[in-house]
Amino acid sequence: MSRAHTRTAPTIQLATILAWIAFALVMLVTLFPVYWVLRTALSDYKEIYVQTFVLWPVGFTLDNFKRVLGMFSAEQSVAMGGTATGINFWLYLRNSIIVSTFLVAGQTFFSAMSAYAFARLRFPGRDQLFFLYLTAMMIPGVVTLIPNFILIRDLKWLDTFQGIMAPGFLMTPFTVFFLRQFFLGINHELEEAATLDGASIPMIFWRVALPLSIPALSTLAILQFIATWNDYLWPFLVGKNEAVRVLTVALAIFQSQTPQGAPDWGGLMAGTALSLVPTLVIFLVFGRRAVNAIQFTGFR
Amino acid sequence: MTTHRQPRLAARREALYAWAFVAPSLIGFLVFFAVPSVRGLLMSFTNWDLLRPAKFVGLANYVRLFSDADFLHALKVTAYYVLMNIPIQTTLALGIAVMMDKFSKSTIIRGILVLPWLLPNIVVALIWLWLLDPTMGFLNQIIMALGFQRQPFLGSTDQAMPTIAAINIWRHAGYTAILLYAGLQTIPKEIYEAASIDGANERQMFFGITIPLLRPVLVFVLVTTIIGSFQIFDTIAITTKGGPVDATRVVYWYIYEYAFVRFKMGYATTISVALFVILITITFIQMRYFNANSSDLD
Repeated sequence: MSRAHTRTAPTIQLATILAWIAFALVMLVTLFPVYWVLRTALSDYKEIYVQTFVLWPVGFTLDNFKRVLGMFSAEQSVAMGGTATGINFWLYLRNSIIVSTFLVAGQTFFSAMSAYAFARLRFPGRDQLFFLYLTAMMIPGVVTLIPNFILIRDLKWLDTFQGIMAPGFLMTPFTVFFLRQFFLGINHELEEAATLDGASIPMIFWRVALPLSIPALSTLAILQFIATWNDYLWPFLVGKNEAVRVLTVALAIFQSQTPQGAPDWGGLMAGTALSLVPTLVIFLVFGRRAVNAIQFTGFR
Repeated sequence: MTTHRQPRLAARREALYAWAFVAPSLIGFLVFFAVPSVRGLLMSFTNWDLLRPAKFVGLANYVRLFSDADFLHALKVTAYYVLMNIPIQTTLALGIAVMMDKFSKSTIIRGILVLPWLLPNIVVALIWLWLLDPTMGFLNQIIMALGFQRQPFLGSTDQAMPTIAAINIWRHAGYTAILLYAGLQTIPKEIYEAASIDGANERQMFFGITIPLLRPVLVFVLVTTIIGSFQIFDTIAITTKGGPVDATRVVYWYIYEYAFVRFKMGYATTISVALFVILITITFIQMRYFNANSSDLD
């Protein structure tokens, strides 16, 4: 990556070496905490508190994972420094998957429908309405949080999946904006050809526009899936109940129940590591696309 | 957009379809964005504990806000956090972005840099709670190995807020760097070449070309990160819960306490409206002051 202005004079060479060291340091600091999660999770629960300065897992074991996954009885669990209630990992994982999948599916589809109308169709009030959506992008979540909580409560939707999913299921201003930009950018020709062939507007949307937008739709879906997966305050407020409790909420509650003097770090880090698996899998599978998509998220 | 003239009927049909397409998102927008915003504003003029009917109190909540020492303290703590978080994070991100631009355009490196931002706030807070544990945390082991005193970090009123700022710098610096890196790619390489021929050194080029031409992206990144930074909540909910004493009781935590611990919905919405006004004002000043919409390239 040599640029025209990169010089080869000795002083610049030294600066380059220093910059490389700084860059390597940034990478190390970025990765180390994540490694430490694994190291702790794979260590023996007693050794964690004794061997605090050893870089690799001490007394290598999978017991912490097994405990979090409910493979030990409550007594065994307590004997291993955990809590009797433990963490019902599979249930919370299922809940997180249900919430993130359905929410993102609805959000992406309905946002795509309206984004298509905003980008391609002519109707009175279009620009004014889109401007309103844009304005809503500026309103921080804290303003709508309390009224939305009260609405969900009045609907008797507290501790239900629909309560957790409702606010984002039909749209977010960001998703509509993102997809409208995309539709504006794709070629009209196929759609025009379909119009001349007598295809109706829903037909063109379904058969022409949507298939063309699969890259954009999946990019957006990945981003929104991760954002929903990571969300904490809203699902905590409306979905504390075990039956609908998602992983972030479960981890926070698990942490608050662990004994103050000797927190169950082995169990906590095993739970943490497991909760990261879906995000990491998505990220590895969609790698380049996900990384490139992140540049758009600043708008959210 | 067909080029031939459309008969009236077709135009009406198009509009009908359009409204049908927009309808689901419009319902979502009205029910969960527009109406709640207005309702939040109206609630701020009432006292309401969710049990008895809301009571209209006019501007009483706003009057109270200005003399509420705890609110002013929360504002101060939040501003302190933002002032530690944003400058360091942005400078660091700028450095990383420039280094990426020079050394490596690899997707893997970008993937690593953005990793902390992909983790839930809750998880990031848990990881650091463990790394920063006063007795067994790894960081304190390093500090002691280097011959220094054990540090309390989140357990002390002086260190708690800087520590939370550091945690969130760790989470966001790489992500911010990616955004700035994308901005760097838009600067024409010829400008650097011309400057180089004119004898400019790296530093002159950085301050004379990179910064001015990156300004629109930089302002955009600053606006969004500052807005995000003012709404710090999750990290505090896991690590300090507003403590020790009230050292980390930021505005968002204060709102949360009023709404969901004390169930004073009226006053809680008043504080959130105040936070909204502050955020809009800051955004407006930034856009105005930095002339965000025009790059020096124009």
